[in-house]
Order: sequence, then structure tokens, then C-alpha cells
Amino acid sequence: MKPISRRQAFALGGGFVALTLVPMAADAQVSNDAAQWIAKFTGGKEAAKGKISLDLPEIAENGNTVPLSLTVQSPMTAESYVKEVMLIADGNPNAGVATLMFSPLSGKAEAAVRIRLAATQNVIALAKMSDGSLFTEQKTVKVTIGGCGG
Amino acid sequence: MADKPRIKLPKEATKGEIIQIKTLVSHVMESGQRKDAQGKPIPRKIINKFSCEFNGKPVFACALEPAISANPYIQFTARVDEDGTFKFAWTDDDGTVITAEEKIAIKA
Amino acid sequence: MPYRHVGLLAAVVAITALAGVPAAAQDAGRKGIPAPPGHVFKTIISGYEFRTKETRAVQDDDLENPGFLAVERAADVWKKVEGSEGKSCMSCHGEAEKSMKGVGAAMPKWDDKLKKPVNLEQRINMCRSEHMKAEPWAFKSQALTDMTTFVRYQSHGMPVAVKTDGPMSPWFERGKQIYYTRYGQLDLACASCHERNNGKFMRADFLSQGQTNGFPTYRLRDQRLVPLHERFEGCMFDVRAEPFKPLSDEFLALELYVGWRGIGLPVETPSVRN
Repeated sequence: MKPISRRQAFALGGGFVALTLVPMAADAQVSNDAAQWIAKFTGGKEAAKGKISLDLPEIAENGNTVPLSLTVQSPMTAESYVKEVMLIADGNPNAGVATLMFSPLSGKAEAAVRIRLAATQNVIALAKMSDGSLFTEQKTVKVTIGGCGG
Repeated sequence: MADKPRIKLPKEATKGEIIQIKTLVSHVMESGQRKDAQGKPIPRKIINKFSCEFNGKPVFACALEPAISANPYIQFTARVDEDGTFKFAWTDDDGTVITAEEKIAIKA
Repeated sequence: MPYRHVGLLAAVVAITALAGVPAAAQDAGRKGIPAPPGHVFKTIISGYEFRTKETRAVQDDDLENPGFLAVERAADVWKKVEGSEGKSCMSCHGEAEKSMKGVGAAMPKWDDKLKKPVNLEQRINMCRSEHMKAEPWAFKSQALTDMTTFVRYQSHGMPVAVKTDGPMSPWFERGKQIYYTRYGQLDLACASCHERNNGKFMRADFLSQGQTNGFPTYRLRDQRLVPLHERFEGCMFDVRAEPFKPLSDEFLALELYVGWRGIGLPVETPSVRN
């Protein structure tokens, strides 16, 4: 067997260091199908910032049950209302979380659910209004894995 | 597991009032991402749809993904213009549907 | 789960570094109750006080609190006839709201026939096998945890009132000894975290006093109710020890002793924890 050169040994060592750092460094990586979900919902149109207030804890007590609530500003009348809100998690194995469907009978575009977040990531809300306009908002939620509660 | 869903809404409302509705249903929401002790993937089994209608008209609905926590909690609002009945339905991946009803009256 | 161990290793380093620093949980504005004379703490604080406002809100609203799914399930089972004697829980005990009031707050309790203390899970199964002639429920089964939660819920808000004197005192001493014994590869005792370092922030988590007044508790992590002995097992697993068996004499002694450490705290079952 060929002895390992100094350069190779260094590379191996570096690789090992990199590997051990992966769990922390990978925390906020986007590697799922979020872009596809968003494209399907928006049809490629740009969503404007605003109208949505998205409430999530800055640090989740536990990633398996994270309370989420949101409100979209809208008169919620037959002429002007929020049709759908899509929730996306950009760091989960699958980006989809839920699609909420409102109606003028909802009275308000307000809802709350509890969601699973596999790691620190962004939760994105996209709202589609009855006139076809689109709005978006996002929040970063820190999720720690490894404690006694994790 | 056909437990009774838990639903909270007022018994009465003034005409045009927007009320809050809270629902909680017992369900494992198996994500399909987990493996059993033998290393075999546990098949996905979730509530994939929830809907609420009032006197036959849609109020609120949602499509759910495996990222919804077990025992799904869903909270939303409804505008009440008349006496009537709310009908709730939770649809499981296996096709079964958990249903519930709640009545509400307009305050005289 | 290798990452959880990386985390705990870091935690151990943190604990070792912090050892000797007096815990001052009450300084963080956590409300508690004054401890009786001779107690280890000045202030006894429920695990509730160590949780985030979001988690507390889930516990506080009895519709939002998923633990009540179990309470409702077991309320139906309470009335259900099972076993060859043709009895339900209700046949002997009537309305649980009356007959079970205070029962769960005083467990584990001395059993004269067995000459040892029994906890709520064991008491429920004794009823099933002896009086109903029904199959006892397995530990960790949803049925047993539901019923334990339901019975304990009948003491909701009542103070934890375990008896530790008389025949219970050797069990209390045994529990105390276990509490202060270091276990596992990480060489940690219950006291290392929950007595000396409670209130400290570690790995994005606050160490609590390890009180038991909320058990069985709905854990956000497991998304289901977790009975106390399963949590004990989890702690021992986390310090890389070989856990005692659920419902073993060791865990029973520990349940009694830890119950005493939270004496007077209101029963919060079903509580919500991380």
C-alpha cells in the first residue's frame, strides 16, 4: 500500500474536522423543495412584503411542536378577501407545512397551528388575495437538537 | 383511534360577530420520515385535510403536511350572521373522516 | 442519536464548570412556594416556571392543552365494563370527580397487603387484575397513561402530599440515595442538574428542579403524554447509564423521594413540558 502523503493526510484531517462541524454548520442550509412549493403557489409571480403578521417563537422550546399563528390584513368581504395562505419550512425534509383556505365567512384571515421544524430554519408564509395579488413574510426559528428536551 | 375531537366556540353570538374557533383532534401524524426499531420506514399516516363549514357554506379549510405536529391543533375565526350549525371534518390518509358538529345561536 | 450525546457531553463540561455556583432560580422571577423546614430548597418551583411563555400558554388553556385528549379518553374508559367480574372503575368508585379527588396527589402510597409503596399506575393495574379480573395494562401503553392522567387530574390544583414517615421511611432513604448517586458514563446524579444547577441555561434549555407535580406530562418532544418512570428512564439514558426498569423498586423509591422534594406544589397534570 502506498504511504499517505503529507498533503493527503492533511486533507483527511481537514475532512474529519469538517465532518464533526457539520451538525452545527448545516443548521440553516436550504436544501429541500421550498422553491418548487413557492413557484407552484405563486405561478412565478413576485410576492410583495407586507400584510402578513407571522408569530413564531424566536427559539423553539422543542422543534416537534412549535406554535405558529398568523394574521393577514384584509377586509374579508366578498369583494376583497384572503383566499389562501401557504406555509413553508425551508429546512425540513419536505418544505410543505400547510395551506390554509379562507373565505369571506372566515371574518378575519387569522389562524394558528402547531408545526414540526427539523432544524433552525425560516418559516415562510405566502398569501394569495381574491384579486390575485401575493404577499409574503418570513421568520427564522432557532431549533436546538441535543439537549435533554431535544 | 376514533376519539371525539375537542372543539371550543361560543354557544351564542351577536349578528355579524366574528368568533374564534379552537379545535384539537387526537392523531399520531406519522410523518413517514421515521423508522421503527428494525430500521424499516414507518409509513406516513396523517390528517391531510381539515374543513369547517357553516350551514353548508365553506368557512375555513386547510391542507396539512407531515410537518404538522401530532394531535393537530387548528384555530381560526368565523363570522356568524344567522343561527346554524358548524360542521367539522378531519380526513385521514387512509380515507377515514372524523366529523363533528356544533350549533350556534344569534343572541336575541 | 449521536448529536444528542455531543450535546450532553458539552452539557457535562458546562455542569462541571458550574458546579459549586449556588443555584438561584428564584432570581429569574420564577414563582415558587416556600419549602418546609429541613427541605433542600428554600423555594420549591414547578417545571412550569422554567418553560417558555408559548409552552405555558398551551398548558393553561384546557382546549389547547393536548393532555386533555387523554383525560377525555379515560373518562369514557372509567365507565366501561371490562374483565370477568363485569365491573368498570365506576362500579366500585362511582364518580371519579369525587372519589379520586386528592388520590393522585398522595401517590406513591404504602400498601399494607404488599408491604411496599405503590404508585398510581400500579394501583390502577391492581384494581384491574384483582377486582375487575381484567388484563392489566402495560406500562407506557396509552390506556394506562390515559387513566393515570385522568385519576391524577382529579387532584388538579391540590398540593402534592406524599407521606414519607413510618414504613415509607426506608423507601424515602433509598430514593434519596439514588437521587445523589452518580450514574452512567457521564457520571451525573439527579442532584448534579436539578439541585445544583437548576435555573441555568444549557443547550438552549433551562434546567428545572426536576419536579414531578405535572406528571404524566404532555411532552412537546414526544407529542404525547409521558409517565414519570419513562422520564426517569430518559434521564438515565441521557447520562448514558443503564436505566432502572419502570415500576421497579428503585424508581418507586425515587418517585417517592422526588415527590417529597416538590411537597406542596399544586398538581398540574396534565402539564405541558418540552
